[in-house]
Amino acid sequence: MSVATGLKAKHQRLVLIGVALVALIGAALLATWALRNQASYFYVPADMAASPPEADRAVRLGGMVERGSMKTAADGVTVEFVVSDGKARIPVRFAGIRPALFVEGSGVVAEGKLGKDGTFVADNLLAKHDEKYVPREMGKMTADEARKTIADTQ
Amino acid sequence: MHRFANPARFLTIARWATPLCLLAGLVIATAALVWGVVFGPADALQGDTVRIVYLHVPTAWLGMAGWSSIAVASFTEIVWRHPLAGIAARAVALPGALFTAICLLTGSIWGRPAWGTWWVWDGRLTSMLVLLFLYMGYMALESAARGAQGAGQGQGRMAAIFGLVGAVNIPVIHYSVTWWNSLHQPPSITMGKSAMAGVFLWPLLAATLGFSLIFAGVVFARMRTILANEQAEARLRRKALMAAEPAGEDW
Repeated sequence: MSVATGLKAKHQRLVLIGVALVALIGAALLATWALRNQASYFYVPADMAASPPEADRAVRLGGMVERGSMKTAADGVTVEFVVSDGKARIPVRFAGIRPALFVEGSGVVAEGKLGKDGTFVADNLLAKHDEKYVPREMGKMTADEARKTIADTQ
Repeated sequence: MHRFANPARFLTIARWATPLCLLAGLVIATAALVWGVVFGPADALQGDTVRIVYLHVPTAWLGMAGWSSIAVASFTEIVWRHPLAGIAARAVALPGALFTAICLLTGSIWGRPAWGTWWVWDGRLTSMLVLLFLYMGYMALESAARGAQGAGQGQGRMAAIFGLVGAVNIPVIHYSVTWWNSLHQPPSITMGKSAMAGVFLWPLLAATLGFSLIFAGVVFARMRTILANEQAEARLRRKALMAAEPAGEDW
């Protein structure tokens, strides 16, 4: 065959493996493209507002805990807060133990069901950490000062 | 490129490169860990749990870099049939798997206090677990292929193809946090930018350099071992052949 095509054996292998790699990468891209919705770990509020899940289906809702929205109920364990992604806001109710990193203004993933009244009833909360790493001394600064220091490190 | 494929030349370089990488790596990694873990500050939100990052990020990087080098070596082996390429891929597999496992373990330990869970099936964690399974599959396939075919032509061809196919997972791991919503945070360090304050970044970069040197040293040492084993086997075969030829039983 190498005689017929006039190619050296190693060049033949190079072409063959090149074609195989292109096919492989193409297949992988198609697969990840097909997975783009299914492989997400949670819905953001905008998704949930646009197409609400069925009432009794367990889903995950992820977004930022809106600042100033957290309220503790009279029983002391139930909290209500709003999860937003800048486009939509969804109120969440949760009774139970909250992870240490769960605070206003940071990310959260709530597992539970969307009630008929539009409130998401969570039975588990996961705190989502963002990509920012700020030392504790800086954490005491005001948000603006901290943001400026972070901007300086970039 | 062919001059690096010469095992004899490789051995003369590896003879001094192995202890150099291991020693320098140990010194730098230890210093970086002491710097970050003992003297470094706590994170504003994560507190002291942030210190695990100095182990988690370097091992994650080496787990992925390990498979990338297996893929490059496999490509070189298939196309140019370099005698050293297959040996390099074989040498990388075990430390690569080990570092991937450490990455998963440290991540899990961090996840419990930070996220409130040991494990979730999000894109990043799942694809990293797949990488660990790929390493295990690679090692099993590679040793089975070697056992079945002896020292004949084309040994390890199967493992090389597996190494190339498995490389598809590497960009998936990297972009998993961008393509899909995931519990794992997006990368803190991207091209020339860092969302990480310098007090965390510098020890982290030093630790990454240190562990990379250790990784390289281990790979060199394993390659030397494989080459020595192959040499010994070849010598034994020759001896057996010579002994078998004259009378058959006097050796």
